[in-house]
Amino acid sequence: MQQRKYPLGQNAVEQIKAASGRPLAEITPDALQAGELDVADLQISAETLRAQAEIARQAGYVQLADNLTRAAELTAVPNDELLRMYEALRPGRCTYDQLIALAAQLEHTYAAPQTGRWVREAAEVYRRFGLLAQTDGA
Amino acid sequence: MNRSKRFAILAERDINKETYVEPWPEAGLAVADSPHDPRPSLRIEGGRVIEMDGKPRDQFDMLDVFIADHGLDLSVADQAMATPSLDLARMLVDINVPRAQVQRLAGGCTPAKLVDIVSHMNVLEMMMGLAKMRQRAAPANQAHVTNRRHHPALLAADAAEAALRGFAEIETTVGIARYAPFNALSILIGAQTGAGGALTQCSVEESLGLRLALKGLTSYAETLSVYGTERAFVDGDDTPWSKAFLAAAYASRGVKVRFTSGTGSEALMGHAEGCSMLYLEARCLMVTRGAGSQGVQNGSISCIALPESLPGGVRAVLAENLLAAMLGLEVASGNDALASHSPIRKTAKLMLQLIPGTDFITSGYSAVPRRDNLFGGGNFDAEDFDDWNILQRDMQLDAGLRPVSEHDALCVRRRAAQAVQAVFAELGLPTITDEEVEAAATGHSSDDMPARDVPADLAAADRFLNSPITMLDIARALQQRGFEDIAGHVLEMGRQRVAGDYLQPSAIFVSHRDGPARFQVRSAINTPNDYRGPGSGYRVAGARWDEIQRVPQARSPRDFIDGNIGQPLSTLREIGPAQVVTHPEVVVAVGPAFGVTLTRTIGGLAHDDVLAAILTGIAKEGLFGRVVKVYHSSDLAAIAHAGAQLSGSGIAIGLQSRGTAMIQKRGLPRLHNLELFPQSPSLTLQTYEQIGQNAARYARGMIVTPVPVQVDNWARLRLIVKTTLLHRRETEAVREQPPTELWFDWEPDV
Repeated sequence: MQQRKYPLGQNAVEQIKAASGRPLAEITPDALQAGELDVADLQISAETLRAQAEIARQAGYVQLADNLTRAAELTAVPNDELLRMYEALRPGRCTYDQLIALAAQLEHTYAAPQTGRWVREAAEVYRRFGLLAQTDGA
Repeated sequence: MNRSKRFAILAERDINKETYVEPWPEAGLAVADSPHDPRPSLRIEGGRVIEMDGKPRDQFDMLDVFIADHGLDLSVADQAMATPSLDLARMLVDINVPRAQVQRLAGGCTPAKLVDIVSHMNVLEMMMGLAKMRQRAAPANQAHVTNRRHHPALLAADAAEAALRGFAEIETTVGIARYAPFNALSILIGAQTGAGGALTQCSVEESLGLRLALKGLTSYAETLSVYGTERAFVDGDDTPWSKAFLAAAYASRGVKVRFTSGTGSEALMGHAEGCSMLYLEARCLMVTRGAGSQGVQNGSISCIALPESLPGGVRAVLAENLLAAMLGLEVASGNDALASHSPIRKTAKLMLQLIPGTDFITSGYSAVPRRDNLFGGGNFDAEDFDDWNILQRDMQLDAGLRPVSEHDALCVRRRAAQAVQAVFAELGLPTITDEEVEAAATGHSSDDMPARDVPADLAAADRFLNSPITMLDIARALQQRGFEDIAGHVLEMGRQRVAGDYLQPSAIFVSHRDGPARFQVRSAINTPNDYRGPGSGYRVAGARWDEIQRVPQARSPRDFIDGNIGQPLSTLREIGPAQVVTHPEVVVAVGPAFGVTLTRTIGGLAHDDVLAAILTGIAKEGLFGRVVKVYHSSDLAAIAHAGAQLSGSGIAIGLQSRGTAMIQKRGLPRLHNLELFPQSPSLTLQTYEQIGQNAARYARGMIVTPVPVQVDNWARLRLIVKTTLLHRRETEAVREQPPTELWFDWEPDV
C-alpha cells in the first residue's frame, strides 16, 4: 500500500479501502443496485490519504504532502465539527484559550497531532497579530 | 480647432472605451517595481528564517511569518538566494535545464527574489518558461456554466455540452445563494452525461461550498481566495492558517482544492500598502504553496481590468502565471473575466497563455451566452466556441476543446436534461416538465426556457441542502430511473474520491468518447510536463490532431467547384487555327478550359451568357468580336497578350474560365494592360457588356472611361479555395498548341 502505485485507483484497486473499510473493488453499480452502499463507502480513508501524501512527498510536493497528512487526520472529524473548526479558525472568532482547547480536542479526541499543532501555531500568531476574539463570547 | 475626422473615429473604437492610468505606486497602482517593494534577502539561523526581503523577523507581518515558516524550502534557500536572478531567468528559458531543477530552486526563493527573476524577462521568454514549467503534460480548459434563471435542466444541458466539448472542469455559481445546491446537483448530472469524468464545483461562500462538497455534489473547490497583504487577507475573513485548514478539510473528503489569487485584488480592496501587484502576488503564491494547495487560479481573474489599465499590465499577468508554475502549482490561468471591449486586445492577451499552454488555459470559459454568465460575463463565450476550435486548428495547439457535431450536442443535452428531470422526480423535488427538457435540449440561453416557480424551487433547495441526501442517493435515483450510464459515472466520481488520485497536482480525468478507457487520471505525477525544447514534451499529434482538424465546417475540396462544371457548351465550336487579320475587330481570347471542362464563372455566370454579353457590348460600338481559345497558358496576361497579337485592331479581351477579365492592347508590355477586372465574383453580365463596349471603343481609337467595378474586399478571403481549384482546372487544360478560332452560335440583339 505504501509503495508508489499511482494512480492508486487503477493500480491498487485491491488494496484501497473506503473510510467504511469496503474495498474499492466492491464499490460497483451492482452493489449500488443491491442497496449495499453507504455514505461512508464513498469517503476516502486516512490510510489512502497518507499514501497519497507519500506519493506527493516523493515527487517533491512537500507542502501538499503535509496538507494531505492533515487531511488524513481530519477524516476522523464529523462534518458538522469540521465546519465548526474551520469557522473557529477564521479571524476574530476565538480567544487564545478557545483555540488551544480546539488544538487539544484535535490531538486527544481525533488523534490529529499535526492539525493540533497547526491550530496551536495559529493561536500564537493570532495573539501576536491581534486576530483573536476580544471576549469569550465569540 | 477643427476636429480630425480620423481621431473622432478612433475615439469611438472599442479600445478607447477602456481606462488607462499612469502608475501611482502609493495607491498600489503599479504592476511591478514599486519603490516600496523590498529587495530580495534571506537570513537563516538554526533552521529558522530571521530575516526575509530586508525585514527582520520581529518586524514580520502575519503573511511573512507564514511564508517564512511554511512557504520556503529552507534546505535549498541558501543556494537559490545565492544564484543571481538573471541566471535563474536564463534557466527558465534554457531547454537544457529541466523543469525539476528550476522548480527546486524556486522553492527556496523569497517573494522579492521571485519578482526579481521575472523582471529580467520579456513576454516571449516568459511564455517559453511557462511552456516548460507547466505541471501537467497536456493543457486543458475549464468551463463556467450558469444561467440567470438557475434553470436546472438548462444547467444540466449546458454542463453536458461543455463536457462533450472537452472541458475537464466545470464551475457554476449562483445569483441567489439558496439555489447553490440545485446548481451543483444539475451540473454534476450534466457533467457525467456522455463520457463522464469532468470535475465540477460551485463557487459560493466558503462554508456553504464545503457543505456542498461534503454531500458529494462537487468534486473540487477553487475559490479559496488569498491576498498579498495582511489586511486584505483579514478583510477576506480568513488567515493563511484557516485557509490551509479548509484545504485539508476538503482533501479529507476527497475533494480537489485550488486557491485563488491575482494581481490587483489588494489595490482594489484598498490594502496594497504601496507595493506592486506582482510582488503581492508572489506573496500570495507562497502562501498558497505553504498552505499545501496543489494549485492556484491566478492571472488577475476578476480584477483583470486593473492591471490592464497600467503599463506592462498584461506582461505582469503572464509573470504571475509563470511564478505559480515555477512553484510547482497547477495553474488555471485567468482569461475568464471580461478583459477588454476590444476583440484584438483580449485575443492578443489570450495568446500569452494559449500558446505556451497552461494546466487550464482559462479558469472559466463561459460555456453559456454572456447574459447568462453569473460570474459577471465571460471573456470568451458559447458564441466563441468555433473561434476557439479554429485557433487550435490554425496553430496545431491544444487549448482543451474539441469540435462537436450539432447532433452529438443535442443528444447529450437532451439526455442530461432528462436525467435531471428524473432525479428531481425520484427525490420529490419540484417537477421539471417535458417541455422544459426539450427547451433545454435545443435552447441557447435562459430566454429559451419556460419560467419556473421560484419560491417553490428555493424552498426545495433549502430542504435538499439540509437533508441527508448525498451523491450516493443521486446515483441511486439515476439507476432507479434507468439512467444506468450516468449513475455509473456519478458512482465512479465517488470511487475516485475514495482513491484520491485527483488530489495530486494538476489532476483531471480523461474519458475517451468512443473507447472503453474512462476516468483516466492525468496529473503532474503520472503525466508530468517533460518539455525540453523542440521534439520533446507534449505534442499535438495522432488522434488528438485528427480530432482538432475535423471541424464540422471543413469540406472536402474535391466537390468545391461542382457548380462550375457542366456539359460542354454546344454553342461553342472550334473551327481551326486562329488567324491574324487586319480589319478592325476585337478578339475575345478565352482560357483553355472555357466552355468545356468549366462552364460557369466563379460568380456562377454561364460561359455562353458571358460571351454573349461581351459580344453585345462590342456590337453596340459597331464592331465584330472574334472568339479565340488560348491553349498554351492559363495566365490571364498571357491569354490577353496572345489575343492582342491576333486582333486586327490590336485590342483583345482576355477572359479566364473563372471570369477574370482584362482589356489588352498589342504592343503593351505583357504585364501592363488597358483595364483589369480582377474581382471576378463581383462582375455582372452588365459589366461584361461594358467591358466589350470599352474594348471596341479602344479599337476605334476613341476616348474611353474605364468600366466602374464594384469592389468586395472580402471576395478573395471568401473564395480563395474556389479560385485555387478553378485555376487548377484551367491549368490542367493547358496544351502546347497555338490558339484556335471558335465559332459561337449566337446573334447580337442590337
